[in-house]
Amino acid sequence: MITDTDQNIEKKEMVINMGPQHPSTHGVLRLELVLNGEVITNVKPFIGYLHRCFEKYAEEVKDYSKVIPYTDRMDYVSAMNQEHGYVLGMERMLEIEVPERVEYIRVIVAELQRIASHLLGIGAFGLDLGAFTPFLYCFTEREKILDIFEKTSGARLLYNYMAVGGLMRDVHKDFKTETADFVKTFRPKIKELNDLLSYNQIFIDRTAKIGVLPEKVALNYAASGPVLRGSGVKWDLRKDDPYSIYDRFDFDIPVGSGEVGTLGDCWDRYIVRVREMEQSLRIIEQALDGMPDEGDVMEAIPKRIRPNEGELYVRTETPRGELGYYIVSDKSANPFRVKARAPSFVHLSMLPAISNGALIADMVAIVGSIDIVLGEVDR
Amino acid sequence: MNTIVNITSLPSILLHAAIPLTIILVYALVAIWGERKIAGFIQDRLGPMRVGGFHGWAQSIADLLKLIQKEDIIPTDASRFLFKFAPFMMFAASYAAFAVIPFSSSYIGSNINIGVFYLLAVTSILTLSIIMAGWASNNKWSLLGGMRSAAQMVSYEVPTIATVLTVIVVSGSLNLMTVTEMQSGNDILGFIPNWFIFQNPFLIVAFIIFFISILAESHRVPFDLPESESELVAGYQTEYSGMRWAMFMLAEYADMLLLSLLGAVLFFGGWNSPFGEFLSGPFWSFFWFMLKGLLLVFVMMWIRWTLPRYRVDQLMHICWSILIPLSFINLVLVALWELIF
Repeated sequence: MITDTDQNIEKKEMVINMGPQHPSTHGVLRLELVLNGEVITNVKPFIGYLHRCFEKYAEEVKDYSKVIPYTDRMDYVSAMNQEHGYVLGMERMLEIEVPERVEYIRVIVAELQRIASHLLGIGAFGLDLGAFTPFLYCFTEREKILDIFEKTSGARLLYNYMAVGGLMRDVHKDFKTETADFVKTFRPKIKELNDLLSYNQIFIDRTAKIGVLPEKVALNYAASGPVLRGSGVKWDLRKDDPYSIYDRFDFDIPVGSGEVGTLGDCWDRYIVRVREMEQSLRIIEQALDGMPDEGDVMEAIPKRIRPNEGELYVRTETPRGELGYYIVSDKSANPFRVKARAPSFVHLSMLPAISNGALIADMVAIVGSIDIVLGEVDR
Repeated sequence: MNTIVNITSLPSILLHAAIPLTIILVYALVAIWGERKIAGFIQDRLGPMRVGGFHGWAQSIADLLKLIQKEDIIPTDASRFLFKFAPFMMFAASYAAFAVIPFSSSYIGSNINIGVFYLLAVTSILTLSIIMAGWASNNKWSLLGGMRSAAQMVSYEVPTIATVLTVIVVSGSLNLMTVTEMQSGNDILGFIPNWFIFQNPFLIVAFIIFFISILAESHRVPFDLPESESELVAGYQTEYSGMRWAMFMLAEYADMLLLSLLGAVLFFGGWNSPFGEFLSGPFWSFFWFMLKGLLLVFVMMWIRWTLPRYRVDQLMHICWSILIPLSFINLVLVALWELIF
């Protein structure tokens, strides 16, 4: 009798929309989850809620340098790195030689930005797992970087600081000491973060062996950045395809090793970011030592930008992975085409591959660990 | 010491109902403000500073006024009666349980001889009201939150009851007043109070299990799954707004205090002063009792602002394969200890 009723129960899977208004979708992402109880059987990301026509706009602005503010708005968490890629591409196209001082300042701000971006990623990841306090600790540190940027560029989030061939303005006069101070005070904070969050048993229980991304899958999906390195692949464009002056610095590439779980799980992706911050500090220290004190940062900025007909693909390592710009010139004043290859977009596309069989709570952890920025996904 | 009031007349009933209610309401206002200040302190920030002047002491009152003014939104497809009823039932459940808490040496709402049993029975209605709220909202997130909480609270009642039973084995009484009176005096080594936690080493283990279980029972971090905001939006509270939502908050804080006070009675001597006869008497016993309860509440808040949250299956694993076996083994060990010494 009882078994009879059991068989007659209609078992249905529940379809549930996570987002676009949801506390832990990192912006406006909508995930359509098919649930069996709390177990996810299928997940489908829906994007486009933050689409701002970057590529179309780049074709219409009538000036190559007017594209730079729009690159800021792609990944608004790491605007400096977005600018860096674009100006590098333009300089290669125009064959401009950039002054030493400019190169050093660019590397320093790019690495500071990388730390700021990772702090946000790590903090938000902790927040997704219910740890509120590390999030605010991360923000306190990020604030110090933003203060340096504010003094340097005048803006706190969207800087429009780098220019083709130089910088919009020179750094403020305390830049070196303030950055050096930050590097000194930030090192112990990483240890504090590790004590509070990284090696917390609950945190490890929540992230180890979750959302495992095997090396092969990562390569097939063209993952890059910390997501790829979390799966144990030693691939960093700063070392493997050096741009700017990164070949002058001595730093390591941290990779995931499955210390607490499986190789390529959420914890590996997380810890790669933490360790990358330490490496960024090393780069900043070396760059501060090598940076020339005098020099005009605007001397190489061209009056008019009219590259010859041609096309170019430039790639740089942003905090999220490989950011590529494919720029096509038709010898006019504005680009014929600018295509951005956004790492977040690529990483979001592998979400279904790594999250089947996970619980809702794991879904939140997985989205947090791939650290997407929706502005960059939608562009 | 024992002043049993024979409740016969209506004014007397109302008086006995009003005293715990006043305590809960005042406590809730202080605790909500206190939690924000504690969170602020832990997170290197100030917390509320503006309302009322001194360190934003009137913040909870301002919030309450705001919540009263808010529109009472009931979703169209919700089951109206259950949706409206659930928050009040939840508060009623935790409020009713305060009847058997001996607040002071001369005050207990109802001095019945099955006090602990009554308390555990009444608080299990909380589960019912959460499921009611989750189901009646007709929202998928609410439903998930409600289902989680049902599983969680039913599971964690087992170790809670097992550890309470451990104390009952020692005390031999289900009456919380009697349990408290048994812990009077400072006889261990001449100065340590006769609290149960100092009487028997296995009761320390019992207290740790009890504390973990009440964290889960009152859904505090790391076991705040029913309302885990980063996963389920707000769990069973998702569709609630205004005063109905405030009732949930009130019930949650009341539940926290209730379980902390239960812990204070069972392990830390209830209203007994830690200094023997010094600072005892009806008023001071109330002071000591609330202090002990609020200290446990403080530890709960401290944990909340430090730790991440467990996942639902891990929560069940901790309960069924660690806490429950451990608490029953501990029960046997306590019984043996009592038999031998």
